[in-house]
Amino acid sequence: MQQNKADDIIDNQESEIKAVSDSTDSTPTHAMNLSSIVNGHEQTRLEDENICITVNNFDLFYADKQALKDINMTIPEKKVTAFIGPSGCGKSTLLRCFNRMNDLIDSVSVTGEIRIQDQNIYDKTVNVADLRRRVGMVFQKPNPFPKSVYENVAYGLRIQGINDRRTIDAVVEKSLKGAALWDEVKDRLDDLAMGLSGGQQQRLVIARAIAIEPEIILLDEPASALDPISTLKIEELIYELKQNFTIVIVTHNMQQAARVSDYTAYMYLGELIEFSDTSTLFTNPNEQMTEDYITGRYG
Amino acid sequence: MTNKIKTWFSTGEPYIWLNAGAVSVSIIMVAGLVILIAVRGLGHFWPADIAAFDYYAEPDAEPVALLGELVDEETVSRARAGKVIYPGETVTRYLIKTGNRDVVGLDFRWVLAAGIQNKSFPEDIIVVERREWGNLYGYLKAIQIDGKTITGTENLWELFEQKVEESNATFEQIRYIEKSQIGKINFGMERLRLKERQYELDGEKTPERLQELNAKRDKFQSEYNQLTERLSELYDELNRNSFVASLSNGREVTVKFLNVVRAHRPNAMGVVEKTGFYFEKLWEFVAEDPREANTEGGIFPAIFGTVLMVIIMAIMVTPFGVVAAVYLREYAKQGPLTRLIRIAVNNLAGVPSVVYGVFGLGFFVYFLGGSIDQLFFEASLPAPTFGTPGLLWASLTLAILTVPVVIVATEEGLSRVPRAIREGSLALGATKAETMWRTVLPMTASAMITGLILAVARAAGEVAPLMLVGVVKLAPSLAIDANAPFLHLDRKFMHLGFHIYDVGFQSPNVEAARPLVYSTALLLVILIITLNLTAIRIRNSLREKYRAAEQG
Repeated sequence: MQQNKADDIIDNQESEIKAVSDSTDSTPTHAMNLSSIVNGHEQTRLEDENICITVNNFDLFYADKQALKDINMTIPEKKVTAFIGPSGCGKSTLLRCFNRMNDLIDSVSVTGEIRIQDQNIYDKTVNVADLRRRVGMVFQKPNPFPKSVYENVAYGLRIQGINDRRTIDAVVEKSLKGAALWDEVKDRLDDLAMGLSGGQQQRLVIARAIAIEPEIILLDEPASALDPISTLKIEELIYELKQNFTIVIVTHNMQQAARVSDYTAYMYLGELIEFSDTSTLFTNPNEQMTEDYITGRYG
Repeated sequence: MTNKIKTWFSTGEPYIWLNAGAVSVSIIMVAGLVILIAVRGLGHFWPADIAAFDYYAEPDAEPVALLGELVDEETVSRARAGKVIYPGETVTRYLIKTGNRDVVGLDFRWVLAAGIQNKSFPEDIIVVERREWGNLYGYLKAIQIDGKTITGTENLWELFEQKVEESNATFEQIRYIEKSQIGKINFGMERLRLKERQYELDGEKTPERLQELNAKRDKFQSEYNQLTERLSELYDELNRNSFVASLSNGREVTVKFLNVVRAHRPNAMGVVEKTGFYFEKLWEFVAEDPREANTEGGIFPAIFGTVLMVIIMAIMVTPFGVVAAVYLREYAKQGPLTRLIRIAVNNLAGVPSVVYGVFGLGFFVYFLGGSIDQLFFEASLPAPTFGTPGLLWASLTLAILTVPVVIVATEEGLSRVPRAIREGSLALGATKAETMWRTVLPMTASAMITGLILAVARAAGEVAPLMLVGVVKLAPSLAIDANAPFLHLDRKFMHLGFHIYDVGFQSPNVEAARPLVYSTALLLVILIITLNLTAIRIRNSLREKYRAAEQG
């Protein structure tokens, strides 16, 4: 029964994606596009990097349905790692494991381990709130709080008990500058955050995340609800942010993955199919499945 | 033709008409009700002209001279009118307020329109409102000051008005001494008595302590003696002055100025004067204590009691309802048990309110109040402190009555807070409790206030349970006064809803009380509307702030 359902899902996805590739009929240019994008990258090798996150034999179940199957990977420090793959492949689920956001769903259970700086975050002794302070997250749709721009950025600090006005002022300014938003909002810090445009809201949410100085920032399709210009700004921002933070990004948009990431993981049906540096994955993938997906001959 | 009707029906137009009609009828009924009670209630305070006439109960009977104010008029069939000699198919009769209850026995009487002769409106008719025996209608004859009689001078009326003013000022002083100063001494004496009794109960009643208590008692006593002396002086002063008035039947009565609240000559007053008088009466109604078994004077204690009770109820019901809703929605594991609790809460809202009254009496007053008395107010037993109906128990009973409304509204509000906002907060390292406190609850505030509005509207209009747990016809003192601890939750209180019931159905003087029923009802409606509008204002400003976030 379960299996049938899963097959149905796959069938649907296949037909959808076929439809997309048929209609655009751009397979060769598409592939060329990607390789031309990644050609600009400097050559990086996973073996040379400092490791930030290690995933070992990780499984995740929704009730009795397995959503992640035996994931093993290492995510390098202060680089951008992108997760790509068709809808329902588990890339968002895996991302949300890094700050244990999946804990909010009652039926989720996990086995295996995820280590961040050598600490298993699924260990019983881990304080989840502390973990989330170290691993920030930005969601698909901008979700600023119904407070002023200033208070949105200050939120994380206030939770930590920091109420000194001067400290907060400094952090708010620094974070908004870090999120390339300062010039646009510096005169309206006391306005409601809801009044900003979608792109500004998303950068505000990023500022809010970096205000508490996490080690890792998780981005869950951060640009999918935005227009192209806002998307471009976010991508430039990601490029800036990797100087100081380890970034993991989930995206549906392969060009975006090729543009912003240093490493890319391709996932399919809960399994990690291939993980390597972005230029290798997009120009010379090891797996046939990966090549089919990135060239649009998916299935 | 039928086809046309069919298409007309299928457009949905008839249903729009039906709905619009229903709405119109509702609005007309509500507006009509409010206008009715407003007209009847507000008209009462207008100083009506006083007519003087000769009345023939039968065509050949001896005429009786009457003075009075027309209150009501009706035309009835002969059969209903009883034995009437005057000819005609129907009989018109007037209800006349003749006052002078001390002389005539009744202050209202029905007269037949046909029997009225020589009607006039003499300008020198005076209407005197008295502290006892209701209004006096008559002619001013003389004023007696310190045994000297002044009569017949030009400005007798001016002198009269001046005397009324003076006596009222003196009376104000008397009331201040009696209520505030002597009240304070009584309060202090009672405390000393309780202290002594407490020492006795604890077995610590030593001679030194007794001496200390007695010293304080003596101090109070000497203060009290001074005050009573001053009081008797003031009373003497008031008792020295009086006036003589002749009534419609020619009898002369002497009335002390002590007994006069205010006096006017309606037939001699212009519209401007009458308007001034009208607002004076209106203010008295809102701001003064009641007189004469609640049929005269104001209803301030009832307004005060209603507002205070509603405020205390709101203070209690909001935290309780919000906490319950937060637990049910956010923390409790959703399952059959929470579903059952929700059904129970919703049903609680449908229980008849008098049942809550019985519960409040049994649980709060007798059980809880009785236990509190045993534990903390042992000294004053057997007289109960909290073990008797009072403000606190009435507020608590109404809080229980209205808590389902607050729970339901708050749960609704909590379910409207988007998941994304909660996740955003959690992702910043906030715990669930911090997320609740800093983000979710502020966003739910408008829903909570909606619940509170409904709770207040229901609580302010409730009467039945209050009769069992603390409302009285006439409370000797307000629940807030100058004696520590200032707020006396154990006291009984007056309430507008109960006042309407009491004045309307339990009054010894039905005719006099009727307009007051309308006025009080109008005031209750205005009070509830004011409370609601305030809450709605607060809610709207909150809602404005969070609307954008909720849509996200």
